Amino acid sequence: MTIRRIFVANRGEIAVRIIRAARELGIGTVQAYSAADRDMLAVRLADTAVPVGPAHAKKSYLNKDAMLKAAIEHGCDAVHPGYGFLSENADFAGMVEDAGLVFIGPKAETIRAMGDKATARIMAARAGVPTVPGSEGRIEDPGEALRIAESIGYPVMIKASAGGGGRGIRVAASPADLDRLIPQASAEALAAFGDGGLYLERFVPRARHVEVQILGDGENVIHAYERECSLQRHRQKVWEEAPAACLSPAVREELCASAVRLAKSVSYRGAGTLEYLYDADRGDFFFIEMNTRIQVEHPVSEMITGIDLVREMIRVAGGEKLSLSQDQVRLGGHAIEVRINAEDPAMGFRPAPGTISALSVPGGMGVRFDTMLYQGYSVPPFYDSLLGKLIVWDTDRPAALRRLARALDELKVEGVPTTAALHRALAGDPQIQAGDVHTRWLEGWLETNPLTPEQGSPLPLTA
Amino acid sequence: MAIKTIQAPLPGTFYRSSAPDKPPFKTEGDKVAAGDTIGLIEVMKTFSPVVAEEAGTLVAFHVDNEDAVMAGQPLYDLDEG
Repeated sequence: MTIRRIFVANRGEIAVRIIRAARELGIGTVQAYSAADRDMLAVRLADTAVPVGPAHAKKSYLNKDAMLKAAIEHGCDAVHPGYGFLSENADFAGMVEDAGLVFIGPKAETIRAMGDKATARIMAARAGVPTVPGSEGRIEDPGEALRIAESIGYPVMIKASAGGGGRGIRVAASPADLDRLIPQASAEALAAFGDGGLYLERFVPRARHVEVQILGDGENVIHAYERECSLQRHRQKVWEEAPAACLSPAVREELCASAVRLAKSVSYRGAGTLEYLYDADRGDFFFIEMNTRIQVEHPVSEMITGIDLVREMIRVAGGEKLSLSQDQVRLGGHAIEVRINAEDPAMGFRPAPGTISALSVPGGMGVRFDTMLYQGYSVPPFYDSLLGKLIVWDTDRPAALRRLARALDELKVEGVPTTAALHRALAGDPQIQAGDVHTRWLEGWLETNPLTPEQGSPLPLTA
Repeated sequence: MAIKTIQAPLPGTFYRSSAPDKPPFKTEGDKVAAGDTIGLIEVMKTFSPVVAEEAGTLVAFHVDNEDAVMAGQPLYDLDEG
Protein backbone atom coordinates (compact mmCIF):
# COMPACT_ATOMS: atom_id res chain seq x y z
CA MET A 1 0.00 0.00 0.00
CA THR A 2 1.05 3.57 -0.52
CA ILE A 3 1.51 5.49 2.72
CA ARG A 4 -0.31 8.84 2.72
CA ARG A 5 -0.17 9.99 6.33
CA ILE A 6 2.27 8.98 9.06
CA PHE A 7 1.55 9.14 12.77
CA VAL A 8 4.79 10.13 14.52
CA ALA A 9 4.74 8.19 17.78
CA ASN A 10 7.78 9.82 19.35
CA ARG A 11 9.23 13.18 20.32
CA GLY A 12 12.42 15.24 20.24
CA GLU A 13 14.92 15.24 17.42
CA ILE A 14 13.87 11.89 15.94
CA ALA A 15 10.31 13.17 15.47
CA VAL A 16 11.73 16.12 13.54
CA ARG A 17 13.87 13.74 11.48
CA ILE A 18 10.82 11.62 10.57
CA ILE A 19 8.68 14.62 9.64
CA ARG A 20 11.40 15.91 7.32
CA ALA A 21 11.74 12.55 5.57
CA ALA A 22 7.95 12.23 5.21
CA ARG A 23 7.59 15.71 3.75
CA GLU A 24 10.26 15.00 1.15
CA LEU A 25 8.29 11.89 0.16
CA GLY A 26 5.06 13.90 -0.13
CA ILE A 27 3.58 12.11 2.88
CA GLY A 28 1.50 13.94 5.52
CA THR A 29 2.37 13.84 9.23
CA VAL A 30 0.42 13.80 12.48
CA GLN A 31 2.63 14.41 15.51
CA ALA A 32 1.79 12.90 18.92
CA TYR A 33 2.59 15.10 21.91
CA SER A 34 2.32 14.86 25.68
CA ALA A 35 1.08 17.68 27.92
CA ALA A 36 4.74 18.68 28.45
CA ASP A 37 5.54 18.80 24.73
CA ARG A 38 3.01 21.26 23.29
CA ASP A 39 5.80 23.61 22.26
CA MET A 40 8.23 21.10 20.82
CA LEU A 41 9.72 21.63 17.37
CA ALA A 42 8.06 18.55 15.86
CA VAL A 43 4.61 19.92 16.81
CA ARG A 44 5.44 23.08 14.88
CA LEU A 45 6.73 21.22 11.83
CA ALA A 46 4.08 18.52 11.47
CA ASP A 47 0.91 19.04 9.39
CA THR A 48 -1.21 18.26 12.46
CA ALA A 49 -0.43 17.58 16.11
CA VAL A 50 -2.51 15.63 18.57
CA PRO A 51 -2.33 15.42 22.38
CA VAL A 52 -1.94 11.85 23.63
CA GLY A 53 -1.75 12.22 27.40
CA PRO A 54 0.05 13.66 30.43
CA ALA A 55 3.76 14.43 30.70
CA HIS A 56 4.69 11.08 32.21
CA ALA A 57 5.77 8.89 29.27
CA LYS A 58 3.96 5.86 30.66
CA LYS A 59 0.70 7.77 30.25
CA SER A 60 1.47 9.28 26.84
CA TYR A 61 4.32 8.08 24.59
CA LEU A 62 4.21 4.59 26.11
CA ASN A 63 0.42 4.36 26.14
CA LYS A 64 -0.19 1.92 23.29
CA ASP A 65 -3.98 2.35 23.21
CA ALA A 66 -3.85 6.14 23.26
CA MET A 67 -1.26 6.20 20.50
CA LEU A 68 -3.12 3.84 18.21
CA LYS A 69 -6.45 5.56 18.84
CA ALA A 70 -4.97 8.96 17.94
CA ALA A 71 -3.41 7.52 14.77
CA ILE A 72 -6.71 6.04 13.63
CA GLU A 73 -8.81 9.08 14.54
CA HIS A 74 -6.52 11.33 12.54
CA GLY A 75 -6.69 9.21 9.41
CA CYS A 76 -3.13 7.94 9.51
CA ASP A 77 -2.28 4.81 7.55
CA ALA A 78 1.16 4.28 9.10
CA VAL A 79 2.93 4.72 12.45
CA HIS A 80 6.60 5.60 12.83
CA PRO A 81 7.83 4.73 16.33
CA GLY A 82 11.29 6.40 16.14
CA TYR A 83 13.69 4.99 18.76
CA GLY A 84 13.01 4.28 22.43
CA PHE A 85 9.40 4.34 23.72
CA LEU A 86 7.35 1.85 21.63
CA SER A 87 9.89 1.32 18.84
CA GLU A 88 10.76 -2.24 19.86
CA ASN A 89 7.44 -3.13 21.45
CA ALA A 90 6.18 -6.19 19.58
CA ASP A 91 2.70 -5.88 21.11
CA PHE A 92 2.34 -2.34 19.82
CA ALA A 93 3.60 -3.31 16.35
CA GLY A 94 1.04 -6.12 16.36
CA MET A 95 -1.77 -3.78 17.43
CA VAL A 96 -0.89 -1.36 14.63
CA GLU A 97 -0.88 -4.18 12.06
CA ASP A 98 -4.14 -5.65 13.38
CA ALA A 99 -5.80 -2.23 13.03
CA GLY A 100 -4.83 -2.27 9.34
CA LEU A 101 -2.12 0.37 9.65
CA VAL A 102 1.52 0.01 8.62
CA PHE A 103 4.11 -0.21 11.39
CA ILE A 104 7.23 1.46 10.00
CA GLY A 105 9.66 -1.18 11.16
CA PRO A 106 9.84 -4.96 11.08
CA LYS A 107 6.97 -7.38 11.67
CA ALA A 108 5.85 -7.88 15.26
CA GLU A 109 7.20 -11.43 15.31
CA THR A 110 10.64 -10.24 14.17
CA ILE A 111 10.73 -7.66 16.98
CA ARG A 112 9.68 -10.33 19.46
CA ALA A 113 12.25 -12.88 18.32
CA MET A 114 15.19 -10.48 18.16
CA GLY A 115 14.13 -8.64 21.34
CA ASP A 116 14.98 -11.66 23.45
CA LYS A 117 18.77 -11.65 23.47
CA ALA A 118 19.04 -15.36 24.15
CA THR A 119 16.79 -16.14 21.14
CA ALA A 120 18.73 -13.65 19.01
CA ARG A 121 21.96 -15.48 19.85
CA ILE A 122 20.46 -18.76 18.67
CA MET A 123 19.24 -17.13 15.43
CA ALA A 124 22.74 -15.72 14.89
CA ALA A 125 24.41 -19.07 15.44
CA ARG A 126 22.01 -20.64 12.91
CA ALA A 127 22.94 -17.98 10.34
CA GLY A 128 26.62 -18.76 10.90
CA VAL A 129 27.29 -15.46 12.68
CA PRO A 130 29.89 -15.73 15.44
CA THR A 131 28.58 -15.06 18.94
CA VAL A 132 30.55 -14.50 22.11
CA PRO A 133 31.38 -17.90 23.57
CA GLY A 134 28.77 -18.47 26.26
CA SER A 135 25.62 -20.28 27.26
CA GLU A 136 23.19 -21.65 24.67
CA GLY A 137 20.22 -19.49 25.61
CA ARG A 138 19.16 -19.01 29.21
CA ILE A 139 20.93 -20.68 32.09
CA GLU A 140 18.55 -22.80 34.10
CA ASP A 141 20.43 -23.16 37.39
CA PRO A 142 23.67 -22.07 39.11
CA GLY A 143 25.25 -25.52 38.57
CA GLU A 144 24.84 -25.18 34.82
CA ALA A 145 26.31 -21.66 34.98
CA LEU A 146 29.41 -22.98 36.77
CA ARG A 147 29.92 -25.74 34.17
CA ILE A 148 29.55 -23.28 31.27
CA ALA A 149 31.87 -20.71 32.86
CA GLU A 150 34.46 -23.44 33.33
CA SER A 151 34.31 -24.33 29.63
CA ILE A 152 34.46 -20.76 28.26
CA GLY A 153 36.97 -19.52 30.84
CA TYR A 154 36.86 -16.68 33.39
CA PRO A 155 36.14 -13.80 33.54
CA VAL A 156 32.55 -14.26 32.38
CA MET A 157 29.77 -11.74 31.95
CA ILE A 158 26.33 -12.45 33.44
CA LYS A 159 23.65 -10.72 31.37
CA ALA A 160 19.87 -10.34 31.54
CA SER A 161 17.99 -12.01 28.66
CA ALA A 162 15.55 -9.12 28.52
CA GLY A 163 18.22 -6.52 29.27
CA GLY A 164 19.17 -3.13 27.93
CA GLY A 165 20.86 0.06 29.00
CA GLY A 166 23.52 -1.80 30.92
CA ARG A 167 21.21 -3.07 33.64
CA GLY A 168 21.34 -6.64 34.88
CA ILE A 169 25.03 -7.09 33.94
CA ARG A 170 27.78 -8.48 36.21
CA VAL A 171 31.35 -9.65 35.59
CA ALA A 172 32.48 -12.73 37.52
CA ALA A 173 36.20 -13.56 37.80
CA SER A 174 35.84 -16.83 39.71
CA PRO A 175 33.31 -19.55 40.61
CA ALA A 176 32.79 -17.83 43.98
CA ASP A 177 31.97 -14.55 42.20
CA LEU A 178 29.55 -16.36 39.95
CA ASP A 179 27.73 -17.94 42.89
CA ARG A 180 27.40 -14.57 44.57
CA LEU A 181 26.49 -12.47 41.50
CA ILE A 182 23.92 -14.68 39.76
CA PRO A 183 21.15 -14.05 42.33
CA GLN A 184 21.92 -10.29 42.27
CA ALA A 185 21.79 -10.04 38.50
CA SER A 186 18.60 -12.09 38.36
CA ALA A 187 16.87 -9.93 40.98
CA GLU A 188 17.94 -6.75 39.18
CA ALA A 189 16.72 -8.12 35.84
CA LEU A 190 13.40 -9.13 37.38
CA ALA A 191 12.93 -5.66 38.90
CA ALA A 192 13.94 -3.79 35.76
CA PHE A 193 12.43 -5.95 33.00
CA GLY A 194 9.93 -8.24 34.74
CA ASP A 195 12.05 -11.20 33.65
CA GLY A 196 14.87 -12.66 35.74
CA GLY A 197 16.31 -14.80 32.91
CA LEU A 198 20.10 -14.72 32.52
CA TYR A 199 22.76 -15.89 30.10
CA LEU A 200 26.55 -16.07 30.22
CA GLU A 201 29.23 -14.73 27.89
CA ARG A 202 33.00 -14.60 27.81
CA PHE A 203 34.18 -11.20 29.04
CA VAL A 204 36.47 -9.44 26.57
CA PRO A 205 38.65 -6.76 28.18
CA ARG A 206 39.28 -3.64 26.07
CA ALA A 207 36.35 -4.59 23.84
CA ARG A 208 35.25 -2.22 21.11
CA HIS A 209 31.63 -1.75 20.15
CA VAL A 210 31.00 -2.01 16.42
CA GLU A 211 27.59 -2.33 14.79
CA VAL A 212 26.33 -2.86 11.25
CA GLN A 213 23.51 -0.82 9.75
CA ILE A 214 21.25 -2.94 7.61
CA LEU A 215 18.17 -2.26 5.52
CA GLY A 216 15.69 -4.87 4.34
CA ASP A 217 12.48 -4.97 2.35
CA GLY A 218 11.34 -8.34 3.70
CA GLU A 219 13.21 -10.18 1.00
CA ASN A 220 16.43 -8.46 0.10
CA VAL A 221 18.83 -7.07 2.68
CA ILE A 222 21.74 -4.68 2.21
CA HIS A 223 24.18 -3.13 4.66
CA ALA A 224 25.30 0.48 4.93
CA TYR A 225 28.62 -0.48 6.53
CA GLU A 226 29.40 -0.26 10.22
CA ARG A 227 29.75 2.25 13.04
CA GLU A 228 32.02 2.29 16.05
CA CYS A 229 30.38 3.37 19.30
CA SER A 230 33.04 2.54 21.89
CA LEU A 231 32.89 5.88 23.66
CA GLN A 232 30.27 5.23 26.32
CA ARG A 233 29.45 6.46 29.79
CA HIS A 234 27.52 4.04 32.00
CA ARG A 235 27.04 1.96 28.82
CA GLN A 236 25.29 4.88 27.11
CA LYS A 237 26.85 5.95 23.83
CA VAL A 238 28.09 9.52 23.68
CA TRP A 239 30.11 9.61 20.42
CA GLU A 240 29.79 7.48 17.27
CA GLU A 241 31.83 7.14 14.10
CA ALA A 242 31.52 5.51 10.71
CA PRO A 243 33.27 3.53 9.44
CA ALA A 244 35.00 1.81 12.37
CA ALA A 245 38.65 2.82 12.02
CA CYS A 246 39.76 -0.27 13.98
CA LEU A 247 38.67 -2.71 11.25
CA SER A 248 40.76 -3.91 8.31
CA PRO A 249 38.96 -3.98 4.94
CA ALA A 250 38.88 -7.80 5.10
CA VAL A 251 37.32 -7.89 8.58
CA ARG A 252 34.87 -5.17 7.52
CA GLU A 253 33.66 -7.22 4.56
CA GLU A 254 33.28 -10.32 6.71
CA LEU A 255 31.47 -8.43 9.49
CA CYS A 256 29.00 -6.70 7.17
CA ALA A 257 28.33 -9.90 5.23
CA SER A 258 27.52 -11.71 8.50
CA ALA A 259 25.00 -9.01 9.45
CA VAL A 260 23.28 -9.29 6.08
CA ARG A 261 23.10 -13.10 6.45
CA LEU A 262 21.42 -12.83 9.85
CA ALA A 263 18.95 -10.12 8.77
CA LYS A 264 18.12 -12.09 5.65
CA SER A 265 17.49 -15.25 7.67
CA VAL A 266 14.67 -13.43 9.51
CA SER A 267 13.31 -11.77 6.31
CA TYR A 268 14.01 -8.39 7.84
CA ARG A 269 12.01 -5.35 6.79
CA GLY A 270 13.07 -1.81 7.67
CA ALA A 271 16.21 -0.32 9.17
CA GLY A 272 18.02 -2.36 11.78
CA THR A 273 21.33 -2.67 13.54
CA LEU A 274 23.37 -5.69 14.52
CA GLU A 275 25.64 -4.97 17.43
CA TYR A 276 28.98 -6.70 17.78
CA LEU A 277 31.78 -6.76 20.24
CA TYR A 278 35.16 -6.49 18.55
CA ASP A 279 38.25 -7.92 20.16
CA ALA A 280 40.92 -5.77 18.54
CA ASP A 281 43.74 -7.75 20.14
CA ARG A 282 42.63 -10.95 18.43
CA GLY A 283 40.78 -9.49 15.43
CA ASP A 284 37.61 -11.41 16.37
CA PHE A 285 34.07 -10.07 16.24
CA PHE A 286 31.07 -11.50 18.05
CA PHE A 287 27.37 -10.74 17.55
CA ILE A 288 25.72 -9.41 20.74
CA GLU A 289 22.21 -8.26 19.86
CA MET A 290 19.99 -6.76 17.20
CA ASN A 291 18.12 -3.47 17.43
CA THR A 292 14.99 -3.65 15.31
CA ARG A 293 14.59 0.11 14.82
CA ILE A 294 16.29 3.24 13.56
CA GLN A 295 19.02 4.27 16.00
CA VAL A 296 20.16 7.59 17.43
CA GLU A 297 23.48 7.28 15.59
CA HIS A 298 22.05 6.46 12.14
CA PRO A 299 23.24 9.78 10.60
CA VAL A 300 26.90 8.74 10.51
CA SER A 301 25.95 5.84 8.24
CA GLU A 302 23.90 8.21 6.09
CA MET A 303 26.89 10.54 5.77
CA ILE A 304 29.35 7.87 4.58
CA THR A 305 26.94 6.19 2.13
CA GLY A 306 24.58 8.97 1.03
CA ILE A 307 21.56 6.78 1.84
CA ASP A 308 18.60 8.44 3.58
CA LEU A 309 17.84 5.60 6.00
CA VAL A 310 14.59 7.05 7.35
CA ARG A 311 13.24 7.67 3.87
CA GLU A 312 14.19 4.14 2.88
CA MET A 313 12.50 2.56 5.93
CA ILE A 314 9.29 4.44 5.14
CA ARG A 315 9.41 3.30 1.50
CA VAL A 316 9.90 -0.38 2.29
CA ALA A 317 7.19 -0.26 4.98
CA GLY A 318 4.87 0.94 2.22
CA GLY A 319 5.65 -2.22 0.25
CA GLU A 320 8.33 -0.94 -2.11
CA LYS A 321 11.54 -2.81 -2.82
CA LEU A 322 14.87 -1.43 -1.63
CA SER A 323 15.83 1.42 -3.95
CA LEU A 324 19.40 0.22 -4.31
CA SER A 325 21.41 -2.97 -4.35
CA GLN A 326 24.55 -3.74 -2.36
CA ASP A 327 26.91 -2.94 -5.22
CA GLN A 328 25.41 0.56 -5.38
CA VAL A 329 26.30 1.26 -1.73
CA ARG A 330 29.59 3.16 -1.68
CA LEU A 331 31.61 3.86 1.41
CA GLY A 332 33.18 7.32 1.30
CA GLY A 333 35.03 9.43 3.86
CA HIS A 334 34.55 9.43 7.60
CA ALA A 335 31.69 10.70 9.81
CA ILE A 336 31.49 11.44 13.53
CA GLU A 337 28.39 12.11 15.62
CA VAL A 338 28.47 13.58 19.12
CA ARG A 339 25.42 13.68 21.35
CA ILE A 340 24.66 17.11 22.76
CA ASN A 341 22.86 16.45 26.05
CA ALA A 342 21.37 18.84 28.59
CA GLU A 343 23.79 17.66 31.26
CA ASP A 344 26.57 19.39 33.12
CA PRO A 345 29.80 17.43 32.53
CA ALA A 346 31.51 19.45 35.27
CA MET A 347 28.88 18.36 37.82
CA GLY A 348 28.85 14.60 37.35
CA PHE A 349 26.66 14.91 34.23
CA ARG A 350 23.74 16.18 36.27
CA PRO A 351 20.76 16.57 33.95
CA ALA A 352 19.64 20.16 33.56
CA PRO A 353 16.38 21.06 31.87
CA GLY A 354 15.73 24.74 31.23
CA THR A 355 14.98 27.38 28.65
CA ILE A 356 17.23 27.89 25.64
CA SER A 357 18.04 31.60 25.84
CA ALA A 358 20.27 31.67 22.77
CA LEU A 359 21.23 29.22 20.07
CA SER A 360 23.85 29.38 17.36
CA VAL A 361 24.05 26.34 15.10
CA PRO A 362 27.26 25.38 13.30
CA GLY A 363 27.24 25.08 9.54
CA GLY A 364 29.52 24.85 6.58
CA MET A 365 30.57 21.92 4.44
CA GLY A 366 30.14 18.47 5.94
CA VAL A 367 28.29 19.66 9.05
CA ARG A 368 24.81 18.53 10.08
CA PHE A 369 22.91 19.31 13.29
CA ASP A 370 19.86 17.14 13.99
CA THR A 371 18.09 18.82 16.87
CA MET A 372 14.88 19.57 18.73
CA LEU A 373 16.07 23.01 19.81
CA TYR A 374 15.05 26.52 18.93
CA GLN A 375 15.63 29.76 20.77
CA GLY A 376 13.09 30.18 23.55
CA TYR A 377 12.28 26.47 23.79
CA SER A 378 11.95 25.08 27.31
CA VAL A 379 13.56 21.67 27.57
CA PRO A 380 11.17 19.63 29.74
CA PRO A 381 12.52 17.56 32.65
CA PHE A 382 10.42 14.48 31.89
CA TYR A 383 12.35 12.77 29.12
CA ASP A 384 15.94 11.97 28.23
CA SER A 385 18.51 14.72 28.02
CA LEU A 386 19.37 14.49 24.29
CA LEU A 387 19.06 17.97 22.75
CA GLY A 388 20.61 17.26 19.42
CA LYS A 389 23.33 15.49 17.50
CA LEU A 390 26.21 17.21 15.80
CA ILE A 391 27.37 15.16 12.84
CA VAL A 392 30.39 15.96 10.70
CA TRP A 393 31.75 14.35 7.57
CA ASP A 394 35.11 14.73 5.89
CA THR A 395 37.33 12.79 3.53
CA ASP A 396 39.23 10.98 6.28
CA ARG A 397 39.20 10.60 10.06
CA PRO A 398 41.84 13.24 10.96
CA ALA A 399 40.02 15.79 8.78
CA ALA A 400 36.67 14.82 10.34
CA LEU A 401 38.12 15.35 13.83
CA ARG A 402 39.35 18.82 12.87
CA ARG A 403 35.97 19.64 11.36
CA LEU A 404 34.26 18.40 14.55
CA ALA A 405 36.43 20.68 16.68
CA ARG A 406 35.62 23.62 14.39
CA ALA A 407 31.88 22.91 14.46
CA LEU A 408 31.88 22.54 18.25
CA ASP A 409 33.61 25.92 18.52
CA GLU A 410 30.73 27.41 16.52
CA LEU A 411 27.96 25.72 18.51
CA LYS A 412 26.45 27.96 21.19
CA VAL A 413 23.63 26.69 23.37
CA GLU A 414 22.80 29.08 26.19
CA GLY A 415 20.38 28.66 29.07
CA VAL A 416 21.26 25.06 29.93
CA PRO A 417 24.62 23.35 30.39
CA THR A 418 25.47 20.85 27.66
CA THR A 419 27.98 18.12 26.96
CA ALA A 420 29.50 20.10 24.07
CA ALA A 421 32.58 20.95 26.15
CA LEU A 422 33.23 17.27 26.81
CA HIS A 423 33.24 16.59 23.09
CA ARG A 424 35.51 19.56 22.41
CA ALA A 425 38.01 18.14 24.92
CA LEU A 426 37.70 14.64 23.44
CA ALA A 427 38.24 15.91 19.88
CA GLY A 428 41.62 17.25 20.99
CA ASP A 429 42.68 14.17 22.92
CA PRO A 430 45.71 12.28 21.52
CA GLN A 431 44.27 8.84 22.32
CA ILE A 432 41.01 9.66 20.53
CA GLN A 433 43.02 10.98 17.62
CA ALA A 434 44.97 7.73 17.56
CA GLY A 435 41.69 5.78 17.73
CA ASP A 436 43.01 3.87 20.73
CA VAL A 437 39.84 3.42 22.80
CA HIS A 438 37.51 0.72 24.11
CA THR A 439 34.09 0.62 25.76
CA ARG A 440 35.41 1.39 29.28
CA TRP A 441 37.94 3.99 28.12
CA LEU A 442 35.79 7.11 28.54
CA GLU A 443 34.98 6.44 32.20
CA GLY A 444 38.68 6.17 33.01
CA TRP A 445 39.45 9.29 30.97
CA LEU A 446 36.79 11.28 32.84
CA GLU A 447 38.41 10.39 36.16
CA THR A 448 41.78 11.77 35.10
CA ASN A 449 40.42 14.65 32.96
CA PRO A 450 37.68 16.31 34.99
CA LEU A 451 35.95 19.16 33.21
CA THR A 452 35.94 22.54 34.89
CA PRO A 453 32.75 24.48 35.57
CA GLU A 454 33.94 27.04 33.00
CA GLN A 455 33.91 24.28 30.37
CA GLY A 456 30.65 22.70 31.44
CA SER A 457 28.38 25.59 32.26
CA PRO A 458 26.77 27.96 29.81
CA LEU A 459 28.16 31.46 29.62
CA PRO A 460 25.83 34.11 30.96
CA LEU A 461 24.15 36.11 28.24
CA THR A 462 25.68 39.53 27.79
CA ALA A 463 23.58 42.42 26.59
CA MET B 1 0.70 25.16 65.25
CA ALA B 2 2.42 26.37 62.14
CA ILE B 3 1.83 24.76 58.79
CA LYS B 4 4.61 25.19 56.31
CA THR B 5 4.32 24.44 52.61
CA ILE B 6 7.41 22.77 51.19
CA GLN B 7 8.16 23.36 47.52
CA ALA B 8 9.58 20.99 44.93
CA PRO B 9 13.34 21.60 44.73
CA LEU B 10 13.56 20.36 41.12
CA PRO B 11 11.31 20.02 38.11
CA GLY B 12 10.40 16.49 37.08
CA THR B 13 8.17 13.56 37.97
CA PHE B 14 7.36 13.07 41.65
CA TYR B 15 7.31 9.57 43.15
CA ARG B 16 6.12 8.78 46.64
CA SER B 17 7.83 5.39 46.86
CA SER B 18 11.18 3.90 45.80
CA ALA B 19 9.51 1.49 43.34
CA PRO B 20 5.95 0.88 42.13
CA ASP B 21 5.58 -2.18 44.38
CA LYS B 22 7.10 -0.50 47.46
CA PRO B 23 5.15 1.34 50.20
CA PRO B 24 5.30 5.15 50.13
CA PHE B 25 8.17 6.81 52.01
CA LYS B 26 5.66 8.91 53.97
CA THR B 27 1.91 9.18 54.16
CA GLU B 28 -0.35 11.86 55.57
CA GLY B 29 -0.10 12.00 59.36
CA ASP B 30 3.43 10.54 59.51
CA LYS B 31 6.12 12.07 61.69
CA VAL B 32 9.02 13.50 59.68
CA ALA B 33 12.57 13.98 60.98
CA ALA B 34 15.09 16.27 59.33
CA GLY B 35 16.92 14.18 56.73
CA ASP B 36 13.99 11.82 56.05
CA THR B 37 13.23 11.01 52.43
CA ILE B 38 9.79 12.27 51.43
CA GLY B 39 9.84 11.15 47.81
CA LEU B 40 11.86 11.06 44.63
CA ILE B 41 11.93 13.45 41.70
CA GLU B 42 12.94 12.04 38.36
CA VAL B 43 14.69 14.55 36.15
CA MET B 44 15.65 13.22 32.73
CA LYS B 45 15.88 9.61 33.92
CA THR B 46 17.94 10.57 36.99
CA PHE B 47 16.34 10.17 40.41
CA SER B 48 16.98 12.67 43.20
CA PRO B 49 15.60 12.18 46.72
CA VAL B 50 13.44 14.91 48.22
CA VAL B 51 14.82 15.21 51.75
CA ALA B 52 13.05 16.94 54.66
CA GLU B 53 15.02 19.90 55.98
CA GLU B 54 13.08 20.10 59.22
CA ALA B 55 11.04 17.91 61.54
CA GLY B 56 7.26 17.89 61.91
CA THR B 57 4.16 16.03 60.87
CA LEU B 58 3.30 15.57 57.23
CA VAL B 59 -0.18 17.02 56.84
CA ALA B 60 -0.94 16.68 53.14
CA PHE B 61 0.61 16.22 49.72
CA HIS B 62 -0.17 18.76 47.01
CA VAL B 63 0.70 16.37 44.19
CA ASP B 64 -0.09 12.74 43.49
CA ASN B 65 2.36 9.93 42.91
CA GLU B 66 3.86 10.20 39.35
CA ASP B 67 2.60 13.76 38.89
CA ALA B 68 4.67 16.23 36.91
CA VAL B 69 6.05 19.01 39.12
CA MET B 70 7.87 22.24 38.39
CA ALA B 71 10.59 23.64 40.67
CA GLY B 72 8.97 25.79 43.35
CA GLN B 73 5.57 24.12 43.06
CA PRO B 74 3.97 23.27 46.45
CA LEU B 75 4.85 19.64 47.24
CA TYR B 76 3.61 18.94 50.77
CA ASP B 77 2.48 20.65 53.97
CA LEU B 78 4.41 20.13 57.17
CA ASP B 79 3.04 20.86 60.66
CA GLU B 80 6.03 22.11 62.60
CA GLY B 81 4.10 22.28 65.90
